[in-house]
Amino acid sequence: MRAASTFFYRRPYWYLALLLAPPLLWFGTVYLGSLFALLSQSFYRIDDFTARVVEEPTLATYEQLITQPANVDIVWRTVLMAVCVTIACALIALPIATYMARYAKGKVKAMFYVGVMLPMWTSYLVKVYAWRLLLAKEGIVAWYFDKLGMAHLLEGVLEAPGVGGPSLSSSYIGMFLVFVYMWLPFMILPMAAALERVPGSLLQASADLGARPAQTFRSVILPLAIPGIAAGSVFTFSLTLGDYIIPSVVGSPGYFIGMMVYAQQGTAGNIPLAAAFSVVPIVLIFIYLGIAKRFGAFDAL
Amino acid sequence: MSAAIEFRSVSRIYGELRAVDDVSFSVAPGEFFAMLGPSGSGKTTCLRLVAGFDAPDRGQVLLEGVDVTAVPPYDRNVNTVFQDYALFPHMTVLENVAYGPRMRGVGKAERSRRAREMLELVQLGALGERRPAQLSGGQRQRVALARALINQPKVLLLDEPLGALDLKLREEMQIELKSLQKKLGITFVFVTHDQGEALSMADRVAVFNQGRIEQLAAPRELYLNPATSFVARFVGSANVADAGLAAKLIGRETPFAVRAENVDIHIEGAAPPADAVVAPGALVAVQFHGAASRWQVALDAGAVWSALVTEEDARALNGLNVGARVKLSWPPTAAVTLTA
Repeated sequence: MRAASTFFYRRPYWYLALLLAPPLLWFGTVYLGSLFALLSQSFYRIDDFTARVVEEPTLATYEQLITQPANVDIVWRTVLMAVCVTIACALIALPIATYMARYAKGKVKAMFYVGVMLPMWTSYLVKVYAWRLLLAKEGIVAWYFDKLGMAHLLEGVLEAPGVGGPSLSSSYIGMFLVFVYMWLPFMILPMAAALERVPGSLLQASADLGARPAQTFRSVILPLAIPGIAAGSVFTFSLTLGDYIIPSVVGSPGYFIGMMVYAQQGTAGNIPLAAAFSVVPIVLIFIYLGIAKRFGAFDAL
Repeated sequence: MSAAIEFRSVSRIYGELRAVDDVSFSVAPGEFFAMLGPSGSGKTTCLRLVAGFDAPDRGQVLLEGVDVTAVPPYDRNVNTVFQDYALFPHMTVLENVAYGPRMRGVGKAERSRRAREMLELVQLGALGERRPAQLSGGQRQRVALARALINQPKVLLLDEPLGALDLKLREEMQIELKSLQKKLGITFVFVTHDQGEALSMADRVAVFNQGRIEQLAAPRELYLNPATSFVARFVGSANVADAGLAAKLIGRETPFAVRAENVDIHIEGAAPPADAVVAPGALVAVQFHGAASRWQVALDAGAVWSALVTEEDARALNGLNVGARVKLSWPPTAAVTLTA
């Protein structure tokens, strides 16, 4: 035992190798392996007559993905929703995270962190169905609007072309609300972590040099929070891109990428098209990271 | 002419703790003023009250005769060099220095020109494009100095600015800060726990203890005539006799202090000068400091006192072991009477 300890203490690389081998094996073979197996499927195509997968490398499936208007619509719809959800999450999370990281102390702070994480301990499906009830035509939200005498306001909003619908639970607005609710913690936590790391003396220095609070926020707090916002937005963006449960439980009948993957690999049996659809979020995330990097989101890491 | 800074019965209380307890003092324009004290003595809180990061619970803070007690930091003509320098990590050195003018709406060309001038002043002209993380501790400190001076403040506050530097750099910066202050004619207020730093740089020193000023005087006066036992110990590391010990040593209950360099040490048989006060004891430890050594002796009357002995005089003491019987002596004129 002692000899083994000495051996590994003297040879840190062996020690590291021993530590990392199991997770790397898992990550390399099981995780990446299955991912590549899936992705390689996207370069096959399905034979329209036999409905069998033709295992020859081809770009026919991708051609189908980017030329058929219905498929392109699905991609745009999903991306647009992901962008809106990300922006809304960032706007809502910033004041909350700022308060948690910079002002709250002791018990209040702990309460806020628990409060932000608490919803994540509940089943995801339960929450989605709960929201569907809340947003339903006879649900509590519509009831409140009615009691406050603002039913016409809600109806007016729901009449908005494209994003409206017969009720909140069957409109894109409702879907958006549920998405924002679901992913908000994933934005708040990295943002708060980034803001926690900003030393208080920087804010004092800024005020000392003549900056009003709004100027300090713009010139010091926001730039230093950007790595956190970037990390959080990667979460909200990718989670929205890949989700298939929320769009199928709440909202308008239009397909989203996740639903399409689910439908194609299940009932339709079109594994190549499902695989091609699942490549879309991966590519989009890479593009997104590239843009974020260009804006200096990772400079402070 | 009104004082650059004036405190009128200022108190700052955190719960039970009186961080600053009814403090009044004033700093003259162009003065190099040091606030000296151990950690938790209230000196940094006083600095924060001048900068405006904190507000007093009682009393007033005046800058150039104007009550600024309720004025936020960004509307005070005071700038600070922070202990950790507080440089903005996402900006270059030049952008850091130009931050003050930028916040005050100075145009880009003009503020860059002024920032370059300031960097020249602190001899960092070539490093404007670097990030703070790429600088050494001494360089960061100069950037912090340039950034604080660019707004041409009436008062510059320095919060332990030399604490993070190594000894040699610290001594260089002491000289540089002093000459910079002379050149610019700005009031400098300097917080430190290092009595050597305070004594060598400041025109006047306020010694803080438990939220109060124990003594406010010029360095020489503080060293030669400490008013209280705290000042005697903290500033001169002097030997202090409280009332009880004084009664045993000189027969009167007046507390007094004797600086270690005024105390002689003799081996048991030797005869001290006739008029000297003599106190027998046992040797506890010897610390070698180069030119002189500090000999610590446990007096029979109680308390451990020390004698600072030059190498030359120490020859007669060679071979003394810890525990050896010795005598300390000092001329009565060397004893400074203390108030408490």
